[in-house]
Amino acid sequence: MSTQQEQPQEPESQEAPEDPEMRGTESPQQERLKEKEQGLAQEEAVDESDLEGETVHLKVFRYDPEVEGKQEPRFDDFYVPFEKGMTVLDAVMYARDEFDSSLTFRHSCRQAVCGSDAFFVNGKQQLGCKTQISELKQPVRIEPLPHQEVVKDLVVDMDHFYDQMHAVEPYFQQEELPDGDLEEQRQSRENREKVKMSTRCIWCAACMSSCNIAAGDNEYLGPAAINKAYRFAMDEREDEEIKEHRLRIVEQEHGVWRCQTQFSCTEVCPKDIPLTEHIQELKREAVKKNLKFW
Amino acid sequence: MSQSYNRGLIEDFGRWKEFSAGMWAWIFHKFTGWMLIGYLFTHIAVLSTAIGAAAGDPAAIQQETDVYTTTIQGLESLFIIRVLEVGLLAVAVFHILNGLRLLMVDLGIGLSAQDKSFYASLVLTGIITIASVPTFMDGVTI
Repeated sequence: MSTQQEQPQEPESQEAPEDPEMRGTESPQQERLKEKEQGLAQEEAVDESDLEGETVHLKVFRYDPEVEGKQEPRFDDFYVPFEKGMTVLDAVMYARDEFDSSLTFRHSCRQAVCGSDAFFVNGKQQLGCKTQISELKQPVRIEPLPHQEVVKDLVVDMDHFYDQMHAVEPYFQQEELPDGDLEEQRQSRENREKVKMSTRCIWCAACMSSCNIAAGDNEYLGPAAINKAYRFAMDEREDEEIKEHRLRIVEQEHGVWRCQTQFSCTEVCPKDIPLTEHIQELKREAVKKNLKFW
Repeated sequence: MSQSYNRGLIEDFGRWKEFSAGMWAWIFHKFTGWMLIGYLFTHIAVLSTAIGAAAGDPAAIQQETDVYTTTIQGLESLFIIRVLEVGLLAVAVFHILNGLRLLMVDLGIGLSAQDKSFYASLVLTGIITIASVPTFMDGVTI
């Protein structure tokens, strides 16, 4: 750092842009670029001095019914060398690759799209690949999702969650197709905006796991499934009868009315879906459908 | 893989330090609701035993107001009853304010500010309760 600051005027310094286009630009622009790069370098230095060269202390939940010594759940400690930008998933992958190859967890895309790696990190449901280690208090306590049965280590049984998701028929249903072979089923921009957030669900089950009501009532559809129902019920390309059919599913005893607006699901959703808002809107739709005085 | 491990209700109440605003609002709303129901029945019990005319005796009906007033006065002279009255007010005020918040949530108004409205209802409850203390504690000795 210090050497770079001493020789900012020299054209041969490391700070000078290598790109010929950059070299041709005005000197104020160059200065700004230099300042920016130096600023970035300083920021990096701060970040690195914080955690670089240090190890991250992980406490990972371990359980395996098939191994004699692991039938009683316990926490294993791993000390993983910190790297800039390290996520919880990176850390557990390092622990698995370097220390204990039997450490089991689901992961796939590593960019918050597949929804495989929702863990209970420091008491909150979070996607491992989306959670920065540097933002967490140490030791980082990693557990499988609560309120779902643990199959092994961080792997939980997702069957019940998937059952609830499928119960709301999470697919587009429209009998009548527009005339003409190549005619598209167009959706208005406004309608797309309305359902946009609800389409982002990645089936990670973080919301279901955080929901106090779903924990106590196994039949409750859960936030993710209701959100899925919202996504299609609000889609204006489907016929009115299909919307009514969808509302009949969610307005049952263990449907939308179980929601007690604790906002737990909205807090934990890694895709920032306003789940409670969607559930509340379906409640109002259900009331509107049934309250007819005319 | 036939076995799996059920950890039970992990998140509930043992992890109260990690609860978010919405969760606390729910817990307080339930708690104050049950308190008010409890108070309602206690209230009925106290009133029905305080009224001497409950048995239908004509002589008791004549002096009914007196029995009632003396009972209430007797209760009001107790310091603990005054404290409980302040507590009752706090519970009722929070339940009303959070009820309005829940009404807003049900109508879909301001859901993104639900945590702020919870804090607001807590602060308002505190202010109203503190402001009521001089009135409730008027003329009672410990």
